[in-house]
Amino acid sequence: MAQHGVAQIWRRIRAIYNIEGNTCKTCDTYYFPPRPVCPTCRRKGVLEDHKFKGLGKIHTFAVVRQAPDDFKRQIPYVIAQVELDEGARVTAQIVNIDPEEVEIGMRVRACFRKITQAGTAGVIVYGYKFEPVLKVTGHSYP
Amino acid sequence: MSNRVAIIGVGLSKFGELWEQSIVDITLEAAMVAIFDSGVRGADIEAVCIGNMSAGRFTGQEHLGALAVDAGGLGGVPAYSVEAACASGGAAVRQAYMAIRSGEHDVMMVLGTEKMSDVNQTEAMNTISVASDWEWEGMFGATFPALYAFIARRHMKEYGTTEEQLSLPTVKNHANAAHNPYAQFQRPVPLKVVMGSGMLADPIRVLHSSPVTDGAAGLIMCSEEKAKEYTDTPVYIESSTQASDTLALHDRRDICTMDAVVKSSKEALEKAKVEIKDIDVFELHDSFTIGEITLTEDVGIAKKGEGGQTLSDGLTEIGGKFPVNTSGGLKARGHPIGATGVAQIVELALQLREQGGGRQVDGAERGLAVNIGGTGATSIVHILGR
Repeated sequence: MAQHGVAQIWRRIRAIYNIEGNTCKTCDTYYFPPRPVCPTCRRKGVLEDHKFKGLGKIHTFAVVRQAPDDFKRQIPYVIAQVELDEGARVTAQIVNIDPEEVEIGMRVRACFRKITQAGTAGVIVYGYKFEPVLKVTGHSYP
Repeated sequence: MSNRVAIIGVGLSKFGELWEQSIVDITLEAAMVAIFDSGVRGADIEAVCIGNMSAGRFTGQEHLGALAVDAGGLGGVPAYSVEAACASGGAAVRQAYMAIRSGEHDVMMVLGTEKMSDVNQTEAMNTISVASDWEWEGMFGATFPALYAFIARRHMKEYGTTEEQLSLPTVKNHANAAHNPYAQFQRPVPLKVVMGSGMLADPIRVLHSSPVTDGAAGLIMCSEEKAKEYTDTPVYIESSTQASDTLALHDRRDICTMDAVVKSSKEALEKAKVEIKDIDVFELHDSFTIGEITLTEDVGIAKKGEGGQTLSDGLTEIGGKFPVNTSGGLKARGHPIGATGVAQIVELALQLREQGGGRQVDGAERGLAVNIGGTGATSIVHILGR
């Protein structure tokens, strides 16, 4: 299927591997994924690349119990909207935690994981998931 | 020239898992019923517009415009399909509304169709997912139920909406569909069964979700002047509006409010010169029950956050002040994606013609339909009057 084409993944690698988006210098807004045009400023917008710190908190989440084949092995898994500290929200899985313990507002940090694989012989997609922050890193729960 | 566009014929195919019928069969069925209902001859139809989301993926066939006029023997009239995910049907109605108002066409046929049961569950789920932002939501494992679960969980957290309230649209809509001979599910379902049904993506359960459905719907539309040649009881499209929002749910200002719905429904009421209290019957896009809850808020039936309580109070039942989804809605009538927006208009037309049978809203004079695409990235609103 088209959405699992190698080129389609490859050209997004900087964003998917490093959470690289952009920021509009005119209105000081951060975007992830990177936007081709600032929707607020349009032609007055000045977009610059921005590598997100990968820290944020859970805005909302779901525990997925029925999924297409590419995700069946992972069921049940937690998918969430993470509100990054810079302001943008991103949809990603939450790992390294029991689904029952996930809460809205929980602090999380990005980690690098295998996202999915297209069938048995298709391209393997790597990228960001999020996990609870550890106290040893200095990013404790609020 | 008149501002209104008339609906002079309506038709539906059966909705359900129709193993015996192809996409051509169901589309033609709805078209024929609409033509016979209207009294127009095939030769009177000047153009055909079809709402369809993804026949290419669901059946392997695109180019439905030419397919339909060919199969229906309508000759060489212009025909095309339009796509706006789950709002494709509403988009088709709106295209015909604009074409007729512009004066380009006098009589048009609008169809909506989707044949979903020809593919397996994974292909169906993946195809539905492309209505969201596939590269940044679906590819990371956010299924469609999960995206609506995002809305539901946030709504529960911010406004105290309960799991019971999340289940009430299903109970209401199934009860309504018991009186709709075209509906996929014509059986009432008790609250306890809804609340105990299998989990798709917490807190969204199977019975909070619209089903996989095959089905088609059709309308014959024409100018107000022309309508008098065919019928003494036309219903009219008083206003048609459309708005867009960010494709991805995570980019929304507030995931509990569909801004596109707020904008398009407000404009529709203004253009029709009516207020929400003047509307007698509603079809609101309940692909998931939380959708019906937030839409009652976004069109102005309930204040933000009180959609669940409005259901508990019975305000949106038939007999209540604001009856919602008398047809059974997407949940119980079924949700053949491209057909849904057209089927909503068919239901409102039947209600205004007092042909609603056991689900008739007494004295219904005005109806409002909200058809949304994706998780609210497209909203199309129609107000009908008689």
